Formats: sequence, structure tokens, C-alpha cells
Amino acid sequence: MKICVLVKQVADKNDEIKLNSEKSSVDKSNFNFVTNESDNYAVEEALLIKEKLEGEVVVCSFGRESSVQVIKDALSKGADRGIFIENDTNDEYDILNLSKIFNKTLKDENFDLILSGLQSDDMGNGQLGVLLAEYFNMSHGSLVMETNISDNTKIKVKRELENGWFQWSELDIPSSLTIQSGINKPRYASLRGIMMMKKKQIKTIKLSEIDTEAHKINNLKSMYIPQKTKETVKIEGSSDEVAEKLHDILKNELGII
Amino acid sequence: MKILVFIQVDDNKINKMSLEALRCAQTLSSDVNAITFHEEAANQLSNYNLNEVIFAKNDKLNSYNPLCYAKALETLIDNNCNAILFAHTYETRDWVPRLSARLNYPFISDCIGLKNENNSLIITRQTYQGKLNNDFELTSNVFCSIQSGSFKADDLENGTTQINTIEIDLGQIKNTIRAEEKFKEQKGGVDLTAADLIVSVGRGIAKEENIPLAKELANLLNGELGSSRPIVDYGWLPHDRQIGSSGQVVSPKLYFSLGVSGAIQHQVGMKGSNKIMAINKDKNAPIFEISDYSVIGDLLEIVPKLIDKIKEA
Repeated sequence: MKICVLVKQVADKNDEIKLNSEKSSVDKSNFNFVTNESDNYAVEEALLIKEKLEGEVVVCSFGRESSVQVIKDALSKGADRGIFIENDTNDEYDILNLSKIFNKTLKDENFDLILSGLQSDDMGNGQLGVLLAEYFNMSHGSLVMETNISDNTKIKVKRELENGWFQWSELDIPSSLTIQSGINKPRYASLRGIMMMKKKQIKTIKLSEIDTEAHKINNLKSMYIPQKTKETVKIEGSSDEVAEKLHDILKNELGII
Repeated sequence: MKILVFIQVDDNKINKMSLEALRCAQTLSSDVNAITFHEEAANQLSNYNLNEVIFAKNDKLNSYNPLCYAKALETLIDNNCNAILFAHTYETRDWVPRLSARLNYPFISDCIGLKNENNSLIITRQTYQGKLNNDFELTSNVFCSIQSGSFKADDLENGTTQINTIEIDLGQIKNTIRAEEKFKEQKGGVDLTAADLIVSVGRGIAKEENIPLAKELANLLNGELGSSRPIVDYGWLPHDRQIGSSGQVVSPKLYFSLGVSGAIQHQVGMKGSNKIMAINKDKNAPIFEISDYSVIGDLLEIVPKLIDKIKEA
């Protein structure tokens, strides 16, 4: 079983978003970069499937130079090799063009499974796994909460639907799955894993050197921090004062107590 | 500007968010065309002011299958369709990227605003968990999915529209995706939709040992305990406590959130609350954009004191 996991380096969820002075891009200089949350679950699921059926887990990421770290983290946990598409250009790409870059880079690998987190915590497109399923003529399942695989031809997945509904689907392999957070308990890298990682192969491909049909984003008109539309009462002070004020609001303004 | 709106049908009913997308289209153009795979839905849609209702007919479209859906819509889209709109549902997220790859039109998902400015489409979508808005200007064909609550279905203009029934030839599709019946995980779970007051916990609660603190506050206020997704993912609360797009959609009189950042997926489930009170350490947490009362501070310091004050009284 040859499994690919797509991982992305993103800003920590608590990082403040600031724009550059031209307001044309996000100032990333103060970001604390981490592996995208649901991608961690995708890595774990890939490792679990490999432990069951044997095979290879290949981690692939696209991003700036620093992004190679998310590949290293997955290799430390037990993935076998990495493919890093380094964005060494000054350009940003929308998800459709990004998928063309992945298509070009990965198409000769003939993966049996592609796993990815359901969406990135920064751009939130949630499309790459399904786009690649289309390019690679794979089946797909999105928002996967559980997998059940016993051979190399089919995989059963439990998908999350809305409003508390779930559904099992049987997918022919090759297949691309987008993994929902909470599907498993991601492992930590062991010291031994970190030592082993240093010997594993990471193939770096520079974007400027690949010939893709992808073109950069050219339709972004503006970006801005959303303005509040709601009137908000700000409650400030020491924790004692805040507790007192909240109590007063709950009692006298809202009539709850 | 020619606009197609795909109308999703769940359990023989038109998805409400699809009607919001249809209303969005009416604000953009007079050439709005609704597409549905269900005859009943087509009849209902004919009562709105549209250019045309297209009933795309094929038995294989009666229940959802991403491969059949993509093929059917592919046959109905031509170059003259400037924009093809969808509700931003899990179903849309599951199949529309395939169309995007096939037709090489970008799919701009989870949009909160669309405007027609001199025949170019201005599309607003949020990134970084709702902390940043991005406006795109599109003059070429585009797929767009629209976030819940961005347009009001009640504002739909009524009228009389012809139904155009088109028999769809799906040709040979190898069905590599075979779905079983959908089901609910646990029967008799908590129905948060009926609660008047919800105390909701998020990541900021920090530890499983702190959950009883929120539970105690909920009890004192005669409310129910709810949570954001990570708390359920960690296994600290069962899935029936989860609020948001993958959990329950609630609208209590008071939504008291403790350490919930308020990502879009969570907001979808609670922004209809009458009053929202939020405590969070992060002053930039998106929850503060929609809260009526906001406290920037540590819930672990404030909540015990609030509990004491309620008990004293």
C-alpha cells in the first residue's frame, strides 16, 4: 500500500493577523508556525493503515522554506520519505492552481491512497484532496471519521455529514480521503523516531524549476480585517470586578439569576 | 450576468442554505437559473422570480453520489454561465471540487458576500479562521459556495418561472463510491436546540479537569453544557454536546461561551443566539465579533468567582 499524506504548515490559531503596509498580503513575520491541525490526524491515520497492511507513507507539502519542518515532524513519527515543493517564487496560488502543481509533481507516484486534513486552518479551502482525486481518477471520501481497510482493493470510510448524521461509504482504491480532526489520537515522535528521521529522504523540488500550467493569484482585489457589525459591551477590570459585573448583567439585565 | 444556482435537496426538502444562495443570485442579476435534480423541488422553485428552473432528470440523481452529480452538472454548464452558486454545505464541499478540476473554473468556497460591480463579480471570503476578509474580482467563470446566513431566504422575490425538464445522459460512470444509509450515532442524546441557555466550552478550558467548572456554571444558570469541536475531539465531552456545522445548530436566549475562539464552523451553529456572552484570553478571537458582552480574560480565574457570587445570592 503506497500512501501519500498531504501536510501544510500554517499559522498557529492564536496568532494575530496583521497586513503589510500596502495591505496586499499578510505579514507572516511573527507567526508561530505549526502543522495544520487536521493534517496531524491524516498522518496518524496513514501510519495506522501502514501498520495494518504494510507499505510506504510519503509525506508531501507545498510552501515556503520553513514548511519542510512539517515533513520532518511526520517523518519523525514514522513516515518513510518526504516530497517538498518549495515555493521559491514571490507568488501565491489559489487552490485550483495549487492542485495543478501537486498534480504535476505527484502524478507518476501512482499512490493507492492520498490522505489530507479536511481543510487548512489558514486558507480553509478544503478542496485539495478532492481536486487530486479528479486529476488522478481516484474515488474520494471527504470528512472521514473512521476507516476500515482489509485489502488493497477497497476501503470503507465513515463520513461525517451535517446535523449529527454519519454515513459509511465503500470506496475503490485508489482513493483520496480528507480526514476530520478527532478520527484518532495522533502519536508523538519518539527520540528514536527523531534520530531515524535524519536518515530519511526528503526530495525538494523548487517551484520555479517545475513547468506547470499553474498561474498565480491575480484576482485579489483587497484584504482587510473584518469590521464588527455588532455593538459589544466590553467588560473589563480585575477578575473579581469582571465576575461582579457578569453577575449583575445575568441578574439585572438578562433576568437569568 | 448569467447565474446558475444549484439547489440541494435533503430528505425531499430544499436545503435552506440553497435558498439563501438563490436569493444571493437575485441580488446580482436578473438572469438567474435554478438547477435541481428533484421534481418536487423544481415545482417549488417555479414560484420564485427566476429566468428558468432546470429540472435535470435521471434516476441516478435521486440520491447523492458525487460522481453522478458532477457529471450531470458538467453537461448543463456552458461558457455563458458567469457564476455557478452553491450552498456551502458538506455535500458541496464533497463534489464541487471535482467540477472545478474538470472545467478548470476556480471554486471560491465559503463566501460571505457577492456583489455585481459593472459586470464583474466581487466575492468576499474569509481566511485565517474568520480573522481576515479577502475580496476577489472575477470576470471569468467561477464556482462559488455561500456561507450560511450571508443572505436571507425570506427576501426571495416571488414570481412565476417556467420549468425546463432536461433528461440527463450520464453515460457510463464507474461507481467507485458506494454510500450506505446515513445514520445518527446515538439516539436519545442531548437536544441542545431546545435549551434557553447554553454554557459552551472551547479550547480555552485548557484541561479536562476544568470541564466540571463549566458544568457547575451551566447548572447554576439552569442551562445546558455545549462545546466547540476540539473538546469533543479530545474526548472531554460526547459528540451530542458539540455545537457548529458538524454538531447542533442552536439559538438560545443566552449563549455563554468560555474559551471558545469562534471559528466559522462554530459560529454557523450559534450565531442565531439572542445574546452572546464570551470570555476568551485572545482579544482577536472571532467570537468577539459577534458577542454582545465580551470579556478579554482568563475564564479559569473569572468563572470560579462568578460561581461564588451566584451561590452567595
